[in-house]
Amino acid sequence: MLTLLLILFPALAATVTLLLKGDTAKRVAITAAMLELVLAAWIFGRFTPDAQSQFGFDYPWIGALGIRFSGGIDGISILLVLLTGLLVPLICLSAFRQNYSRPNSFYALILFMQAALMGVFTARDAFLFYLFFEAALIPIYFLAAIWGGANRVPVTFKFFIYTIFGSLFMLVALVYLYYQTPVPHSSAITDFYNLNLTPSAQGWVFWAFFIAFAIKMPVFPFHTWQPDTYVESPTPATMLLAGIMLKMGVYGVIRFILPIVPEGVDTWGMTAAILSVIGIVYGSIIAIRQRDMKRLIAYSSFAHVGLMSAGVFSQTAYGVQGALIQMLAHGINVVGLFFVAELIFDRAKTRQLDQLGGITRTTPKLTALFMIIMLGSVALPLTNGFVGEFLLLKGVFDYNNYLGAFAGLTIILGAVYMLRMFQKTMFGQPSANTQSFADLTGSEAWVLIPLVIFVFWMGLYPASFLKLTEPAVTNLLQYVK
Amino acid sequence: MLPIILLSVFGIALLFLGFAKSKAILLPATLLFIVVAGVSSFADWGKTYMYFNEMLLSNNLSIAFTTIVLLSAFMVVSLSSSFLEDEAAQPAEYYAIMLFSLVGAIMMIGFENLIMLFVGVEILSVAMYVLTGSDKRNLRSNEAALKYFLMGAFATGIMLFGMALLYGATGSFVISDIRAYASSAQTLTSPLLLFMGMLMVLIGMLFKVSAAPFHFWTPDVYEGAPTLFTAFMSTVVKTAGFAALFRLLSVSFSGIYPFWGMILTVITVITLLVANLTAVYQGSFKRMMAYSSISHAGYLLIALTAIGQQSKGALVFYSLAYSVATIAAFGVLLLVNRHQSGEGRTTDESYDAFNGLARQNPLLGFVMAVSMLSLAGIPLTAGFWGKFMVFTTAADKGIIWLLVVAVLMSAVGIYYYFRVIIAMYLRDGQTSAIRVAPFYKYMLIAATILTIVLGVVPGIIQGLV
Repeated sequence: MLTLLLILFPALAATVTLLLKGDTAKRVAITAAMLELVLAAWIFGRFTPDAQSQFGFDYPWIGALGIRFSGGIDGISILLVLLTGLLVPLICLSAFRQNYSRPNSFYALILFMQAALMGVFTARDAFLFYLFFEAALIPIYFLAAIWGGANRVPVTFKFFIYTIFGSLFMLVALVYLYYQTPVPHSSAITDFYNLNLTPSAQGWVFWAFFIAFAIKMPVFPFHTWQPDTYVESPTPATMLLAGIMLKMGVYGVIRFILPIVPEGVDTWGMTAAILSVIGIVYGSIIAIRQRDMKRLIAYSSFAHVGLMSAGVFSQTAYGVQGALIQMLAHGINVVGLFFVAELIFDRAKTRQLDQLGGITRTTPKLTALFMIIMLGSVALPLTNGFVGEFLLLKGVFDYNNYLGAFAGLTIILGAVYMLRMFQKTMFGQPSANTQSFADLTGSEAWVLIPLVIFVFWMGLYPASFLKLTEPAVTNLLQYVK
Repeated sequence: MLPIILLSVFGIALLFLGFAKSKAILLPATLLFIVVAGVSSFADWGKTYMYFNEMLLSNNLSIAFTTIVLLSAFMVVSLSSSFLEDEAAQPAEYYAIMLFSLVGAIMMIGFENLIMLFVGVEILSVAMYVLTGSDKRNLRSNEAALKYFLMGAFATGIMLFGMALLYGATGSFVISDIRAYASSAQTLTSPLLLFMGMLMVLIGMLFKVSAAPFHFWTPDVYEGAPTLFTAFMSTVVKTAGFAALFRLLSVSFSGIYPFWGMILTVITVITLLVANLTAVYQGSFKRMMAYSSISHAGYLLIALTAIGQQSKGALVFYSLAYSVATIAAFGVLLLVNRHQSGEGRTTDESYDAFNGLARQNPLLGFVMAVSMLSLAGIPLTAGFWGKFMVFTTAADKGIIWLLVVAVLMSAVGIYYYFRVIIAMYLRDGQTSAIRVAPFYKYMLIAATILTIVLGVVPGIIQGLV
């Protein structure tokens, strides 16, 4: 039942927000997001670490077709539920600094987005999953297209068509799988795990799913929508996209591809893993060459998600576990980085690295918090990025040594572009734009502080997260063998 | 069978009401008549009856289609208040013709005898020719009516010829007799007469529902006809046409699927490709909607091509979702155009007419956006489940490649439907706040709510029929 509340409450709050005006709408939205966080934290605290789906709900939905309105939280969902619950209030808070026009629509769309994301991560019925997967696209499209930058219309349109095009393939696969279940047909995801598909069917179902999720993540070469969309979107939408939405892709691979088409993964998993590793190296090299801060973070995000994808396709417990924890860590880091990029842009009126510098002299608080988050992103030991990246690389090495070696470049290249960005913005001589750079205000600091707490918590004591996911991952990998 | 009788009587009554001094009574009277007819159709709910010497069948499926047709008519009529302001219009006649056309539609939905099908098609078509040309002083409207009439009459002729051949082959107009004959046709040495007859009847019907390659009239006619009647045409005619096609294919020709299955598959694919790819290049919203209507005919044809257990449920749901969204979209276009002419601007039916609409008119923007999302088949709207159910029929039959074509084409569809949304929300325009009459507004809101409710809980009507 709590899961249902997790989905319905933000949707309800969004409707209320939509009807309000001005600052009231903002306050209602953030209050609702905080309550949702409390709920998510409560679920996180009460979660029993076993392979069972918990806090569930289950109602008939389309009776004639045997499709059920069913959801619950298991070890694979739990961290993403926590991530969604944690980030949305911070995203709302970070948006307070800007005076977006029509705040009621703006915050309502964020909350609608949250409802859809919660739905994606908790759905136990394949068609319900698909419904939320697509529904999440509508609010983010409007957020990016209405409040975005100058070039927003064509960019967001491309993003929308691109992603929906991909997920339609998934729809074909889902409908096909649904008809492979024994009569009366069922669309419960776990029922898809026990199908006996022919190798050729496994092959094309694999690709139908993979294209949908690869566009979402994005994996090379399906990433062309991503940098432009991240740059043109308003920062809260970018945070939603990079922080939570791309996890839908990784989550989908874990939830659908691995257990449903294990033979398909056997045949094509290497191709997918190679594409992912190409993405890591390619994204990192482009990130090193970037001069625009927001674009740099966008490419870094592309590189990081490549590693998660490669880890998942290694089909090892390390890889999947690593991907799950890295999704949480990356969500936290990337939101922090985008927030800092926005702060700097607002004060210096530029995001070009060569026009920045010397900020650190007047901003002790910003420097400290930015540096911690940046180091988390570089995956320094004792920060959150390290745990996930270590497990992922271990998984990829176990799968294939050469692939692991290339994927390992992420450690070096990641440090290069992140430290370069930090150095160019924070150190050196102040430029004309950064002469009188003000330090963080209270509410700005309060966006970053919770993130920093998580950077350390996950870095110092990852067991509190890993132990929740482990039984579910072990259970899932049984279908792979 | 009450609705047929009632609607005929009501139509005549409306003509007399036209003599009344105040024309204000016409609109509520028409709405009332439609509601009464709709309610009366439920008298037979749950039972299966034959009427008029086994000429017409009434069962839950026919009642469901009847309800959709009457609901569409109700919505269109309730958007017609502008008639009463237009001096040249003759509302009593228009309303009466609409009611008569509904009689034809209901005959098509429940026919048991090919004669009844022919009479129904003719009643509906002739009414449509007249309504298309009802904007007498407008050259385009006249041209559209003439074009529609000439081509429509030709198609009807082909269909009638086909019926004659079927009669020659089987010795009966009753569709169950035709089925009995067709099921044994494999043993016959010369099935040519039967097949030719069937093909010609199908061509006639496919023309009426504007499936490619018999669709060439559609864009011109939809564009030329007054918007209100375009809405009527694209919903009522389509629903009735598909109900009739379903009866033909599921009853009379069910035994010879291998013969028509291939033909219909080809037509479905052509329809989907032609409609969606052409719609992309349209500059006029109304023409885009015409091609959209053709493309939806293509999706509905999938349910017939892959005819099976779930086809009828899919057809009912799809027709309903499509009709509601289409009428709401045309309703907004009507308002925008009237607003333009009210301000002394020339009426503009291109996408630009919607530029910046949502800024000053959030409600209209929302109604239009939901309609477009539903037509595009985006989840949480009724259109998604319509497409979903149609797609499942194809998967059930194992025709995966058809499913892939349909899916690709719905991705194309998103492109042209979203152009409207982009115009409304992201472009700057000069549309000021549009005044909407309360009843009109409630109608649009109701359509939007229906679309969303069906999108969230599709189970409420699935399984009824």
